[in-house]
Amino acid sequence: MPAISADGLYKIFGRRPHRGVEALQAGRTREELREDGLTAAVIDASFSVEPGEIFVVMGLSGSGKSTLIRMVNGLWPATAGELVIGDQSISSMNAAELREVRRRRISMVFQHFALLPHRTVGENAAYGLEVSGVGRSEREARAAEALEMVGLKGWGGYRPSDLSGGMQQRVGLARALAAGTDIMLMDEAFSALDPLIRRDMQDQLVDLQQRLEKTILFITHDLNEAMRIGDRIAMMRDGRIVQVGTSEQILNEPANDYVARFIQDVDRSRVLTASAIMEPPPATLGSGQGPRSAHKLMRETQNPWLVVLRRDRTPHAVIWEEDVAAAVKDGRDELPIPAEPELPLVDAHTPVADLFAISARHRSPLVVTDEDGRFAGVIPRVTLLTAAGALQPDPPPAPAPPPLPAFDAAEDDAR
Amino acid sequence: MSPDEFFLRIPLGEGIAWLIRWFKENLSLLFDAFSWLMRALVDGLTDTLLLLPALVMVLLFALLSLVFRSWQFAIATAVLFLFALCIDVWEPMMQTMAQVLVATVCAIVIAVPVGILAATNRTVSVLVRPILDFMQTMPAFVYLIPAIIFFSVGTVPGLFSTIIFALPPGVRMTELGIRQVDSETVEAGESFGATPGQILTGIQLPLAIPTIMAGVNQVIMLSLSMAVISGMVGADGLGKLVVQGITTMNLPLGIEAGVGVVLLAVFLDRLTASLGNPGSYPTSLIALLKKSLAEKTAQRAAAEA
Repeated sequence: MPAISADGLYKIFGRRPHRGVEALQAGRTREELREDGLTAAVIDASFSVEPGEIFVVMGLSGSGKSTLIRMVNGLWPATAGELVIGDQSISSMNAAELREVRRRRISMVFQHFALLPHRTVGENAAYGLEVSGVGRSEREARAAEALEMVGLKGWGGYRPSDLSGGMQQRVGLARALAAGTDIMLMDEAFSALDPLIRRDMQDQLVDLQQRLEKTILFITHDLNEAMRIGDRIAMMRDGRIVQVGTSEQILNEPANDYVARFIQDVDRSRVLTASAIMEPPPATLGSGQGPRSAHKLMRETQNPWLVVLRRDRTPHAVIWEEDVAAAVKDGRDELPIPAEPELPLVDAHTPVADLFAISARHRSPLVVTDEDGRFAGVIPRVTLLTAAGALQPDPPPAPAPPPLPAFDAAEDDAR
Repeated sequence: MSPDEFFLRIPLGEGIAWLIRWFKENLSLLFDAFSWLMRALVDGLTDTLLLLPALVMVLLFALLSLVFRSWQFAIATAVLFLFALCIDVWEPMMQTMAQVLVATVCAIVIAVPVGILAATNRTVSVLVRPILDFMQTMPAFVYLIPAIIFFSVGTVPGLFSTIIFALPPGVRMTELGIRQVDSETVEAGESFGATPGQILTGIQLPLAIPTIMAGVNQVIMLSLSMAVISGMVGADGLGKLVVQGITTMNLPLGIEAGVGVVLLAVFLDRLTASLGNPGSYPTSLIALLKKSLAEKTAQRAAAEA
């Protein structure tokens, strides 16, 4: 069961907003509605967030993302459509039931922190508990625990104004954590922070999320941020959700021109991982094989190297043509694998940006492994460089990588 | 053709006068109760202010100034009240102060709830605004007439018109203060499941305090300006002296009473201004106390960590 599911949500501002829903469903545009004095902030939004997921809603200002997040905890009632938290429908609740859901299930972190300046940091962190009537000693203990989680141990007695922006937002985060809800809404939570601190907070959020398994709905206008922290991303434009997918899906298969234009500015080398650019090698070899079969394979594939795999398909070594040729000439029965083979292993989840340094240190192609350490693919240096070229935002159309063997042959000639 | 023949003459004044007489006849119990309460409050407060020797009171006022503002202001306060003693307006000054304080408290007791209602309810806001405009622009003397009808002469009709005249800024500033609380902060309260009451007492009112106190400050200043007018209907205090000065063309008396009003105004204005904005006065006794307390807590927290 999804933690949050939205089905056909509409939010329209103006007099008698329901006529706007009907008009939109009849095919009229947002601009036509504006002439009638209606503002359609969110149009037919449907999505679902799984428990333990970081779901990012990404859009520019005016795209309706802030309205959307406020409908999730009922701060603004939806004009039409249904919103379900767990098994409870928000849309049909009265004020008291809504308050109960906000106390027990959903907390929120705000763009400009929204701390109470007349209370101490500790009292701010305990706010959600205080509102729901938790006793003083328990809420102080839980607030202190939450403050420690966000790295603010010992700051409980200070005023928010004594803290820097980044620290204030940590208090905002602690307030949401202390409430003990399983869902957290974050409205542009890191947008007001400077870039270095923002990066820190993003890492910390992902870390906290992995430890506490919160469900997080995160709003941002920064696509890099969305791609860094989001398990899935919903792209919003003019009140509509235009695409929902993982960051790689959005990068590789943008749903329309708008998304495509948007992702031009993304630093893809940070988003794309080794698995996205790796390729299957021309051939692999079991470690039990001899030099003769290795030599044959190399001749057939016109490739000067071969990846040798163990029986469990974990990579063992990369062997080279000249060594294999020498072994054949000497009539040996074993593959020419040195005691400490040169084997640049990388995990499939390594960002492309981190591959360059490893690749520069090794002659052989990078060998990509999956989570269990089994062989997944290779990234020859030329593939990496081609990918780097294609990752540049301008110009978008990248030439297809040249076929490998030919290039490697040329490299051999040069040697 | 003269306008008299052409236009219908609406007997507005007569109508309202009739209404007021009707009030007087049918609600006399209410007016008596109000009258009794006001007299008790003002007389009690005046007696308290005059109970101790004047010099002790001067010291107490200086101490108040020290607690809420600064030692500089404490010295100024002492000088100011000693001067009032020397020009022999101490007793009427205390009477006026008692009236101003009672009027202010009454005005605030009415103004703050109305301001809160106006801030949370658009209809109330729209209804209240023209009434406030009316109350503020109506010449203050006019209030004295129904006041005398209701309460005859003395301190009470003066207080009554003072409260009406001084009320509007209290309502306006309360409404403004609550409305200008950052909407995200209010949303934060809502999103953690706070009830409207919890949001009002825990977020909106505390954050609106500086603005509300600016309103209180204005209420006090308006009350003071009415003190003289109250003198015309027989209220005791500096106003009475001013009126005496006017009617007998006694310039020295008029000047001394007038200076007394100014001295009182300076004291009350500066003191209430610092109440609304404690952060701006880091050398006040309260601020120093708070600071040392906070340092101790921080030290204890550091020791624990």
